[in-house]
Amino acid sequence: MDAMLLDYLPILIFFGIAAVIGLGFMLAAFVIAPSRPDPEKVSTYECGFNAFDDARMKFDVRFYLVAILFIIFDLEVAFLFPWAVTLGEHLGPFEFWSMMVFLTVLTIGFIYELKKGALDWE
Amino acid sequence: MTADMLSQDLSLLIPELLLAGGAMALLMLGVFMKGEGANKLVQWLAVVLLAGAGLASLFLVTGEGQAFDGGFIFDGLARFSKVAIGVVAAIALLLAMPYLKAEKLGKIEYSVLMTLAVTGMFMMVSANDLISMYMGIELQSLSLYVLAAFNRDSLRASEAGLKYFVLGALSSGLLLYGSSLVYGFAGATGFNEIAIAVQSGPSVGLTFGLVFVICGLAFKVSAAPFHMWTPDVYEGAPTPVTAFFATAPKMAAIVLLARVLIEPFGGMVEQWRDVIWIVAVLSMGIGAFGALTQTNIKRLMAYSSISNMGYALVAIASASQTGLWALLVYMILYMIGVIGSFGAILSMRTREGMVEQISDLAGIAQRNPGLGWSITALMFSIGGLPFMVGFFGKFFVVFAAVQEGMLILAVLAVLFSVVGAAYYLRVVKTVWFDEGEVEFVPAAVSVYWVTRLAGLATVLLLPVIGWLVFRAYSVGLATL
Amino acid sequence: MLATLAFWAFSGVAIASAFMVVIARNPVRSVLFLILAFFSAAGLFVLLGAEFLAMLLIVVYVGAVAVLFLFVVMMLDIDFAELKQGFLSYLPLGGAFALVLAALLAMTVATWQASDQAQSLRAAAMPDGMSNIEALGTVIYDQYVYFFQAAGLVLLVAMIGAIVLTLRHKDGVKRQSVTAQVGRDRKEAIEMLDIKPGQGIGE
Repeated sequence: MDAMLLDYLPILIFFGIAAVIGLGFMLAAFVIAPSRPDPEKVSTYECGFNAFDDARMKFDVRFYLVAILFIIFDLEVAFLFPWAVTLGEHLGPFEFWSMMVFLTVLTIGFIYELKKGALDWE
Repeated sequence: MTADMLSQDLSLLIPELLLAGGAMALLMLGVFMKGEGANKLVQWLAVVLLAGAGLASLFLVTGEGQAFDGGFIFDGLARFSKVAIGVVAAIALLLAMPYLKAEKLGKIEYSVLMTLAVTGMFMMVSANDLISMYMGIELQSLSLYVLAAFNRDSLRASEAGLKYFVLGALSSGLLLYGSSLVYGFAGATGFNEIAIAVQSGPSVGLTFGLVFVICGLAFKVSAAPFHMWTPDVYEGAPTPVTAFFATAPKMAAIVLLARVLIEPFGGMVEQWRDVIWIVAVLSMGIGAFGALTQTNIKRLMAYSSISNMGYALVAIASASQTGLWALLVYMILYMIGVIGSFGAILSMRTREGMVEQISDLAGIAQRNPGLGWSITALMFSIGGLPFMVGFFGKFFVVFAAVQEGMLILAVLAVLFSVVGAAYYLRVVKTVWFDEGEVEFVPAAVSVYWVTRLAGLATVLLLPVIGWLVFRAYSVGLATL
Repeated sequence: MLATLAFWAFSGVAIASAFMVVIARNPVRSVLFLILAFFSAAGLFVLLGAEFLAMLLIVVYVGAVAVLFLFVVMMLDIDFAELKQGFLSYLPLGGAFALVLAALLAMTVATWQASDQAQSLRAAAMPDGMSNIEALGTVIYDQYVYFFQAAGLVLLVAMIGAIVLTLRHKDGVKRQSVTAQVGRDRKEAIEMLDIKPGQGIGE
């Protein structure tokens, strides 16, 4: 267990350095940079007009559909990893076929998506 | 896992396999065969599939026992509930067909999602592990969220779906948190192992986990104080979806709750009985008083289902064989009443479209005596007025409570049923004595027959109930 | 020692960023803090020896779910500043509930006591000579096959649900049809006209 944690030590150190550098630059900008705001300077500026509306705009719901279909297959792949690692060494034919059934279920979902045209971008 | 073990395990799983495999086959059939004919075919096949899965658990599953390392259990309770759920879901789909056609919602996904939801319910009533309990609940709920928002162009239906989803997710969170505490205590997720661990004496952490699990499940049966979503979702969702919500998922969730409380946590009756007691009283009370001011019949049915779940919880609180028996009889009679009432609500279609105000029913008995009589019988039955079958359902529940010495609970149950009778009688009064001129178009064949047959059943089942009472007295309730 | 230090750092960051998710004024910032919370949780999983779950948390939650959250935040036409108006007025009641819950949790932790056989029943995250991912692999597809297949069905429902609720086809969209395009021959593509000089083809 501890040996495993030691493997992660470089990542921890990396996180530490990243945090220090990131925060350091932000703090440096905060401390060193001159800052003399006045109402005109901080007001929203849009080509000389006052801002018309919010900077965010509505997304098409189709982006969401693509994202959620991606997540579903992402999860499917997540189930494949432990299977791939252990197959042959610890797992027998039953485990192989149990994954095949799982993949069949999701393939049926995939065929459904394809036939429905959910993967076409119009 | 060896081939012998596998075939033995799968033989207990026939209904679930039928449903899951059937759902996928229907999905494929639906997308490869385009057009209105495909939808009709898929709907009828789904009806056959749902009823068939119910009957398969009665006839095809011969053995009883546990499967998959104790993750799945098939016993008398599971068999009984699966038959009921399968049949009532098939009836709910029959009711939905003409509605979906009229509202132009006829998509094959409706039938497929319903089949998958019923698969989840079957898993729930057969759950014997915290994980299979959760997977069953999620499979069922996820399908139901989509069904609630199925009419996606309607603002109210989308709102119903979203509300149901957000609160459902919250309840799943509570359930998972409770489950993790229970696992932390027992060191295992299987109900068998938890039952053994509980015997070593309750601890604060375990009780805490149990209460969280109860809260999560109370959301699913819409018991007060976790009932807030019910009226809005019932009102917003398409009516046949509401009919489905009020019957099969309630049965699955209440049976699951009973199993969780009695099997793994049977040794902690003293701890959970008080919680269930409070939830039951609150549900009966809020259901009865909340319904008094409703003008929309779907909201009325929502409050009616909250109060009815309260009675079902009274049966669970008695934590005895009699209680379990009363619970099952009660749920069957409740589902007959509700599915019939929703048949009546689905008959409320004028030339302009569906109406759902109680006042629209005014004087309907003069113009359409068959519908009037059916509504009367169904309302009397759900309300537990003598001497429809529903009365005996409530009677058994109260009897079970008295037998366990819970007199206060029994008295409160009777009192709230008197309050509740007021609003059921108000509907009946509107139907017979108010003046009104709303003309309904003739109901579709399936809607017509479901309403009439359920109405008749509330009277015709009386001999069966009589026989049950007779058996109860002759052989003693404990052996039923 | 270092592990203990890392535990406190990760859990501190997780709680602080979860708090920031709720109070951040800008919803996009809330999502970014959520990602930080996911990262810290992944760190905690590593400390428990559950490497695979830690990586899964990053791949699935940080990589995909957070992006989806960003979409949802962008998609909703809601003035979040207005939505947060009620925050202060609900604070006393909400705070009271939170305090009660925290007290209950503290009580649970303080008196925590597992059953006698819990330790022996609990599976180790990393049994002897096996990595965490191998340990998971040996149970998921065999002992837990029922749950595994149920997970497949849940994913199927998610697919159907997402398509039923959001898929709309626009009318009049021209799609590519490779067979039709390749299958065109000269007869349908080209028409030969004999145009007399000075008359044109106008009607």
